[in-house]
Amino acid sequence: MRYHTPSTYEEASAVAAGASGLTRFLAGGTDVLVQMRAGMVLPDDLIDLKKIPGTSEISRTEDGGWRIGVAVPGIALGAHASLKADWPGVVEGMELVGSTQIQGRATLAGNLCNGSPAADSVPGLVAAGATVEITGPDGSRTVPVEDIPAGPGKTNLAKGELISAILLPARGQNAGDCYLRFIPRTEMDIAVVGAAVSLRLDGDTIAEARVSLGAVAPTVILVPEAADAIIGTTLDDAALSAIEAAAKAAAKPISDKRGTTEFRVEIAGVLAKRAAKIAYARAKGETA
Amino acid sequence: MAKDELNTFKLVGTRPDRPDGLDKVTGRARYGADFSLPGMLHAAVVRSPHAHAKIVKIDASKALALDGVKAVVTRADLPTGLTGDEWDLQENTLAGEKALYDGHAVAAVAATSKLLAEEAARLIEVEYEVLPHVIHVDDAMAEGAPVIREGAADPTVPEGLHPNVVKYMEFGRGDVEAGFAEADLVMEKSYKTEATHQGYIEPHACVGQMGSDNKGEMWVCTQGQWFIRKMSAAVLGIEASQLRVTPSEIGGGFGGKTTIFMEPLSLALSKKAGGRPVKIVMTRSEVLRATGPTASASMDVKIGMKTDGTITGARAEFRMQGGAFPGAPVDMALYCAFAGYKLENVQHIGYDVLANRPKCAAYRAPGSPMGAFAVESLVDEMCRELKLDPIEVRIKNGVQTGDRASYGPKFGSIGLKEVLEAVKDHPNLQAELGPNQGRGFAVGYWFNHNGETSVSMAIGEDGTAQVSVGTPDIGGSRASVSLMVAETLGIPYEDVRVNVVETGALGVNEPTHGSRATFATGKAAVEATQGAIKEMCRRAAAEWGIDEEAVEWADGAAQPAGPNAGKFPPMTIKEIAAKMGSTGGPISGHHESVPDGVGASFGAHVVDLEVDPETGRVTILRYLVVQDAGRAIHPSYVEGQYQGGAVQGIGWALNEEYVYDDKGRLANSVFLDYRVPVASDLPMIDTVIVEVPNPGHPFGVRGVGETGITPPLPAIANAIHDAVGVRMTHLPINPPKLLAALKAK
Repeated sequence: MRYHTPSTYEEASAVAAGASGLTRFLAGGTDVLVQMRAGMVLPDDLIDLKKIPGTSEISRTEDGGWRIGVAVPGIALGAHASLKADWPGVVEGMELVGSTQIQGRATLAGNLCNGSPAADSVPGLVAAGATVEITGPDGSRTVPVEDIPAGPGKTNLAKGELISAILLPARGQNAGDCYLRFIPRTEMDIAVVGAAVSLRLDGDTIAEARVSLGAVAPTVILVPEAADAIIGTTLDDAALSAIEAAAKAAAKPISDKRGTTEFRVEIAGVLAKRAAKIAYARAKGETA
Repeated sequence: MAKDELNTFKLVGTRPDRPDGLDKVTGRARYGADFSLPGMLHAAVVRSPHAHAKIVKIDASKALALDGVKAVVTRADLPTGLTGDEWDLQENTLAGEKALYDGHAVAAVAATSKLLAEEAARLIEVEYEVLPHVIHVDDAMAEGAPVIREGAADPTVPEGLHPNVVKYMEFGRGDVEAGFAEADLVMEKSYKTEATHQGYIEPHACVGQMGSDNKGEMWVCTQGQWFIRKMSAAVLGIEASQLRVTPSEIGGGFGGKTTIFMEPLSLALSKKAGGRPVKIVMTRSEVLRATGPTASASMDVKIGMKTDGTITGARAEFRMQGGAFPGAPVDMALYCAFAGYKLENVQHIGYDVLANRPKCAAYRAPGSPMGAFAVESLVDEMCRELKLDPIEVRIKNGVQTGDRASYGPKFGSIGLKEVLEAVKDHPNLQAELGPNQGRGFAVGYWFNHNGETSVSMAIGEDGTAQVSVGTPDIGGSRASVSLMVAETLGIPYEDVRVNVVETGALGVNEPTHGSRATFATGKAAVEATQGAIKEMCRRAAAEWGIDEEAVEWADGAAQPAGPNAGKFPPMTIKEIAAKMGSTGGPISGHHESVPDGVGASFGAHVVDLEVDPETGRVTILRYLVVQDAGRAIHPSYVEGQYQGGAVQGIGWALNEEYVYDDKGRLANSVFLDYRVPVASDLPMIDTVIVEVPNPGHPFGVRGVGETGITPPLPAIANAIHDAVGVRMTHLPINPPKLLAALKAK
């Protein structure tokens, strides 16, 4: 195994593009190292990104959004008051990943690239309309977060491509987001279902919304029908029933050791409804 | 609960720090995987990926060709001709003709590093012929089920039953049908519980060394070093006394570490590798797949009750699978099922059934939780039907000292009634419940156990005391034995050191199991201490020139008594110890017995919980454990046992289960998906220690480790019924199951 410590994303990309065997990028390492120790993945080239300047930084972008480095751990997101004030749903999703120890290492980019449909930080990013900056052999490009996962354990990144930053849009006024997951316990578990809602109000009426579901399909999904169900409403009972129904309709889960198909469909509706309520309250400036 | 007025002890009943505490919180304590020796090899085990398969061929040539691979063992390396339990242990250590469950060990390899051993294990080629498998107990005894082992049934099994039924039992008294006829309400229901694992934090680990002369040594994480010795010796065909077994500290066992799994493999590999020590450390996945979870159960219960709550008849028929070997605790389940009730008419029927799962091991009150789930669920439902207070119904029917138990013998001193009265007085019963919240109550029982016990103690030159015990300290037994010995000698707690010793240092000791350590080892330690005290009195008498019967021991000193009282100043233990070299040599005491006077323990639990009606998720709001300890030597560790039992029971009731895929492979062999409760899932568990002293123990100890896992299963099902009106009869009551039940309501 070769261990690389490139100092730029371009260099990291070149190492990966030129590698002939199994390659893994290392940021927090909370998936890669565990998989290596379990003997599931034994990479030929391990490319550590943490030596690249800026990987551990959170910065405000010119348009009022946020740029989050690929090695920023969950605990740093939780400690960043302005980011948390803008995107509480994104931050709370990341904060649900693993234990306190894991929070010291685990990253948004890693959670996304691990490709799990149950990744807790991904629905919040998708609902937020977040994008990722990709560096590859042909330069860099920016794509929506929802276009990265390709299926369990797989991404749409090409050989030599890697994520070089997570980008959150400007939050603006009268807006709120929320992520909820269902687990039978209270922590140290994987989402049986996850749901994120981001919305903006015009007065009491929802003007914009995005809804995302986790663990109900091979990838985290964006559910425009669920957003449409609440846009133009004041999130009254009819709207809540509508988002619940739309989320249930969009959920196409499997039955496995963590939950049955019927159960996941049901919970997708419940969580979408509950997340919408919290996002709505947050948009109104209420604590929820 | 405060010590009773008659308790005049200075130390017993206090809460000093445990002697092993500092080592354990600083990481200095040595657990199984912490042992290493020069020249040590590391082993990996090849395990069957099939639930049931014929082993056609094992080819280790590629593994052995690797530089650094020193030995491979298969069943062909083990002796033949074993029978009964010993054959079962050997077959479970390494599969013979067939792999009997997913994870069954098929071969083992030792190499110079762990990584190399793992690579070598992957290179061992095993050719299997996959056979049909069966996982669930009712399926396994149904016509046409795959036969796991022909001829495994013992003579108790009536003709006509499936060959997978290996043991049958039927016992009871009175006329149960007449009892039902006498009742105003008769109810009959069926219940199921799934297999659960003890979930100890520390995986099995050992280092074994054995030469060509069959003299061996082992350092191992176990509840019982003599059991490891006896069982390993049997599996390997060596003499027990030629194997010296030293226990490590132990990170939990709950019964699961009272038997062998991979331990003999370390010795067999060592012998083949020229006597180099071999270390084996299981992964969590190996622990879940290939050690001993508890049985799963399918149970029918029928009870007749009068409108005043009097139980007129009771019948239980339990079917359990305990894996591919005999030994499901269906007998214990039946003995405990109605143990809390005074019954004239009672009938028990049990089936022990084979299935393609790992060989079950003991798990905290083996069998009792399943039986309690069925019986206490049905009693609760009948109390609801008849609008009777469930606690009063237990008091009305409850057994008391001298009553004949449902399973036969007469009870000695027991404290069920005192426990039930203490429950009634607890403030948790006054807490208000909101929407979707419910309260559940249930009673549980465990016999407790004595077992072979050997203890030595010796007085140090400075008047301190050392105690050698053979029961590994799982739940604070060093602290409790220290307290009892210090109390007996009249010296400070800190002046006693209790050492858990290896098999060469004492006579045979059964493991720390059956809630016996504080009872049996404690009783033996007190007896041994009395022996040393007698000798110290004798030495003082000799110096004073008086009759030794005229000397008493009090306050840590020999005191002239009777007509000699006051004639000489007391001679302290320090004074006697300082000159023992010139007064007759070392002063020690020892005791060997199967101590009699075991005291059984009843407990009652009250749980308040809330159900999320949209998701089926259950949140525990309040939890109360009330149990008879006899006497709490160290109340903190008694409370810890109560809390630990409750938590394991809550896990069993709500989320824990062995999940199998359609090929019979365990689908959840990691803690991520084998869902034990985490700390944030639970409130602080409230405890009340009831003390009805056991007259069979010098301080009144009953043993408290096991009863506490029994009531949670039914108490939670009863509370869910109270909260949302559905009766859950199949554990675990996980959210998908409960939500489905709510939707079907």
